[in-house]
Amino acid sequence: MATDIAVDWDAIIRDPRFQDLHRRKSRFLWGLMALSVGYYFLLPIGAAWFQPLFRERVWGVINVGLLFALSEFAVAWAIAWYYSRRAGREFDQLAAQIVADHAGPASPGGGHSA
Amino acid sequence: MNISSGYHWVTLLTFGFVIALTMIVTYFAAQRVRSASDFYTAGGGVSGWQNGWAKAGDYLSAASFLGIAGLISLYGYDGFMYSVGWLVAYVAVLLLIAEPCRNIGRYTLSDILCYRNDPRKTRIVGALSTLTVSTFYLTAQMVGGGVLVKTLIGIPYEISVLCVGVLMLSYVLFGGMVATTWVQIIKAFLLVSASLLIVMLVWAPYGFSLPAFLADVVADPKVQARVTTVLGDAAGSLSAAELGQRFLEPGLYFKAPVDQISLGMALVFGTAGLPHILMRFFTVRTAQQARRSVVWAMVIIGGFYVLTLFLGFGAALHVGPANIAAVDAGGNMAGPLLAQYIGGGAESFFGNFMLAFVSAVAFATIVAVVAGLVLAAASAMAHDLYVGVVRAGRETTPQSQVKAARIATVVVGAMSIAIGIAAKGQNVAVLVGLAFAVAASANFPCVLLTLHWRRCNTGGIVAGMLVGTIAAVGLTLVSPNLSYPLAIRAAAHKVLDTEAAKRAAAHSPQELLALDKAVGKARADIARWGSATTSFMGLERPLIELKNPGIISIPLGFLAVFIGSLLFRDKRAEGMWNEVYARQNTGLLVSKGSHR
Repeated sequence: MATDIAVDWDAIIRDPRFQDLHRRKSRFLWGLMALSVGYYFLLPIGAAWFQPLFRERVWGVINVGLLFALSEFAVAWAIAWYYSRRAGREFDQLAAQIVADHAGPASPGGGHSA
Repeated sequence: MNISSGYHWVTLLTFGFVIALTMIVTYFAAQRVRSASDFYTAGGGVSGWQNGWAKAGDYLSAASFLGIAGLISLYGYDGFMYSVGWLVAYVAVLLLIAEPCRNIGRYTLSDILCYRNDPRKTRIVGALSTLTVSTFYLTAQMVGGGVLVKTLIGIPYEISVLCVGVLMLSYVLFGGMVATTWVQIIKAFLLVSASLLIVMLVWAPYGFSLPAFLADVVADPKVQARVTTVLGDAAGSLSAAELGQRFLEPGLYFKAPVDQISLGMALVFGTAGLPHILMRFFTVRTAQQARRSVVWAMVIIGGFYVLTLFLGFGAALHVGPANIAAVDAGGNMAGPLLAQYIGGGAESFFGNFMLAFVSAVAFATIVAVVAGLVLAAASAMAHDLYVGVVRAGRETTPQSQVKAARIATVVVGAMSIAIGIAAKGQNVAVLVGLAFAVAASANFPCVLLTLHWRRCNTGGIVAGMLVGTIAAVGLTLVSPNLSYPLAIRAAAHKVLDTEAAKRAAAHSPQELLALDKAVGKARADIARWGSATTSFMGLERPLIELKNPGIISIPLGFLAVFIGSLLFRDKRAEGMWNEVYARQNTGLLVSKGSHR
């Protein structure tokens, strides 16, 4: 599909603000991802190899294992909330500034559209 | 068999109401479908919260709605643990997939894959993997749906499958993504409200105290008897209280930890590679809306699984695991039976109204999920293979594109009905796991790396798709999931050999009844397998002990993308990296789609 505006993608990549956005976003995203996956796999690992701990009763008949499984929901929701808050307050703004500067009217021969 | 025989008209009326509601929506939606973009992505006019509800509707299939409540009611803790992976899966979707896909995609999975790659080759492998994943998932849904409708309203299996198929076809064919989205929203809303109502009624007597509710569950003799059945000889030395408490502890369902981790990997990474889930991101306009829709979906899906905890334990407490398993061995009827009990029981009007309502929601669930899958498969066929490959380079009018989409819908729909009827009586539960495994091993590495790795190219995508799919399917074919006649016969003979001793030792009529059942099954197994010695694949015993291939096939898929990309270097793909990377992070030119 032909596009009517040409964008100089290389210029965006070279833009120090984009590189800053990329650095912050990558570190944040992959860090959160590792945290989330790591926390998730603690559940089957605990259920398989730490059964005495999981069976420990803490609140009436409720044991550690049940609380841990419930905490998985809380952690997943917290990660979603934390990510969207930071993305909305920080990444969206940075991206919008970059877009505003680079999405000007087409210049002949500019851009990288294949 | 029909579990609501006395009040058949209530069931039919409730079903009629839900179907009529979705039909009205389809009628209005049909008037809005003019272009391919309307048909595949509702013209991009869906808002974040709407898409979140629709996504939850797509995801909360009968397997998760009825299946997980059933697992909890039969196996306690392990069933709940199983549900966790289904929510955590959305973290990967939110963080890595949703926004970049919205920013560079258009209608299908292949649109993302072919952005900087050879469009012909990537479209073909992308469409093939979409069709593979969708067909596995679709078959499981159709067979599960057929059995369910048969149990719920007592019509023959073949007619049930046909009803599901025809109803689904009418949504997709006339209303495209617009109707499918609204059917998903209505269904998700009905599902959540019905569950919430039942949970409130179950929980209120305990003053909404979790320990008080669960204390009643573990003190229940029906639950304790169930734990005795599951544990077998190991239950011998445990007291009644210990048996009940065991229901809240891990290990009743999942016996092999590696299997469970493997299944967890397939769930957590596979969701981000499911074509019908990816496709939903193209129905919203911006990355912000895509993000919002995933957060909505996570709230609804997670909230639903928390409700499922109460549905499952509530069914175990009030209906009893043995009674649930008697209606359906997989426990699928736990939710509907609990609804009937809560409403006043099998003899009351309100009990049967509740049963009918939950059943109608379950029916809507199956039809809606199948509609989403058929739409994804049809888009791969029409948009990727027909418009993108067969008619590549030639102009296609919007009318001809919609026509191609509709023809593909009818083809996929007819196929799904035929497969559903042909697979009658087969154990298809393994197919859902397999669909996730293929999505995690083929689609996920390819989508993730083309978005996040500069050197990813056509060679990598083709290698990753093929290796991921073949590894996941191949490993499943040699896994313990298939039927191995030698093992089945050995187990059956063991039952028959110990029959006399067990009969002498039995204390209660229930034990004798269970024994009769086991003996009957053993005889049927021996008769069914005759003199066969090998599985469908010609194996006497499984080559691997893994039930889900994820832990092997996912790394293989990633490895294939790396090796394929490095072997077949492509200057153009690397040259376009800046464009792909800048675009997915800024949302520039969003909804302009791929260049070719």
